[in-house]
Amino acid sequence: MSVGPVEAFWLITRRELYLSFRRPEQLLQPLVFFLIVTTLFPLGLNLQLSLLRDMSPGVLWVAALLSSLLSLDALFKSDADDGTLEQLALSGQGLALIVTAKTCAHWVVSGAALVMVAPLVAIALNIPSVAFATMMVSLAMGTLTLSWLGAIGAGLTIGLRRGNVLLSLIVLPLAMPLLIFGAAATDRAISQISAAGALYFLAALCVFTCTLAPFAAAAALRITLE
Amino acid sequence: MNSVPNGLGVDKVHVWRGDLHVLKGVSLQVRPGELVHVAGPNGSGKSTLLRVITGLLHPEQGTVTWCSKAIERFGAEYQAHLAYLSHEPALKGDLTAVENLRFSVGIKRRVSPAELRDALRHTGVPHCADLPARVLSAGQRRRVAMARVLAMRASLWLLDEPFTNLDAQGTELVSRLLRSHVLQGGLAVVVAHHELTLECPLRRLELNA
Repeated sequence: MSVGPVEAFWLITRRELYLSFRRPEQLLQPLVFFLIVTTLFPLGLNLQLSLLRDMSPGVLWVAALLSSLLSLDALFKSDADDGTLEQLALSGQGLALIVTAKTCAHWVVSGAALVMVAPLVAIALNIPSVAFATMMVSLAMGTLTLSWLGAIGAGLTIGLRRGNVLLSLIVLPLAMPLLIFGAAATDRAISQISAAGALYFLAALCVFTCTLAPFAAAAALRITLE
Repeated sequence: MNSVPNGLGVDKVHVWRGDLHVLKGVSLQVRPGELVHVAGPNGSGKSTLLRVITGLLHPEQGTVTWCSKAIERFGAEYQAHLAYLSHEPALKGDLTAVENLRFSVGIKRRVSPAELRDALRHTGVPHCADLPARVLSAGQRRRVAMARVLAMRASLWLLDEPFTNLDAQGTELVSRLLRSHVLQGGLAVVVAHHELTLECPLRRLELNA
């Protein structure tokens, strides 16, 4: 009896979540990094409260991008090292489906978790609570887009020894629009102006990567598997 | 000419790795109920040949056919027919043996936990079922990986050095599993250094470095 794509998707996602929760330290590392980097700013700079509020969207977004990047390197690496990736590729399921399941699971434990702790950071950065909803929505879309960009980069850099450095060099320039529109959305929400424009741009980027990146990442994996 | 109805055909396959000509026009046919033992010195391209047959590696020249059709034309469907045992056991240290099998076999075909435990019993490691793979010895991992091949119920077995890390009993056990697979009409391509002595239709393909 063959297995349908939906069932396979859930199995792979569940496997990824099992693995993540058996290694809680890997799960917590990017989150702690995010918390520490953002709280260092108010400590390191003797800023006035109003200045801190002006800087906070940028600080929040840069920290979010960097901490998401931390865990991206491991997306396919361990599977490639121990031969699991080959077994997945030979499972008779499409590689794009496998990549989608793995990336979604990765986003749940990295991006979604980051969105959950973002209000804590926002309080430390003196972001008013009226801006929380916009900030969290924009971060959710931003981290999801970044996970997809990272999946392409991670697929390409598996076989390399210093792959993580190259991964940052590939992904960060592509993530610039995220930073620009994400920080703009948060900034506008703080100033209590409509953030719709920036959010639409983020949503467009998110849909664009979610639909095309699975195929690009699958192609990247197929090359590295050879 | 080299295509085999209901079987596997490899026709004049050439593979280069950079400047290295690894496979120099290798041809091979495997019919149902037949085992091909691929032998040769280190670096003669035995594992490369297996990867070409899996479809992971595309040869620069030549074709691989399954039921007289090039494997590229099947897409992922062809891979549903094969079970591949690679050098690495492909087990996650943080998952138990049964969980490892559940996820890797489960995306290939619907399988019950009882069936997986049964497969582990057949490869002689039923006591490892609920242990995390990281505490298993290399030989035990090899047996769990062999249980995965068994549980996939694939018609084509591609085994890369299946006897590595196995004790005398393990070697005997894998030989027995291979024999019963072939006698039930399965196909197998086995890469192994030492001689295979199996009471089943067996052919030997020698690769030169």
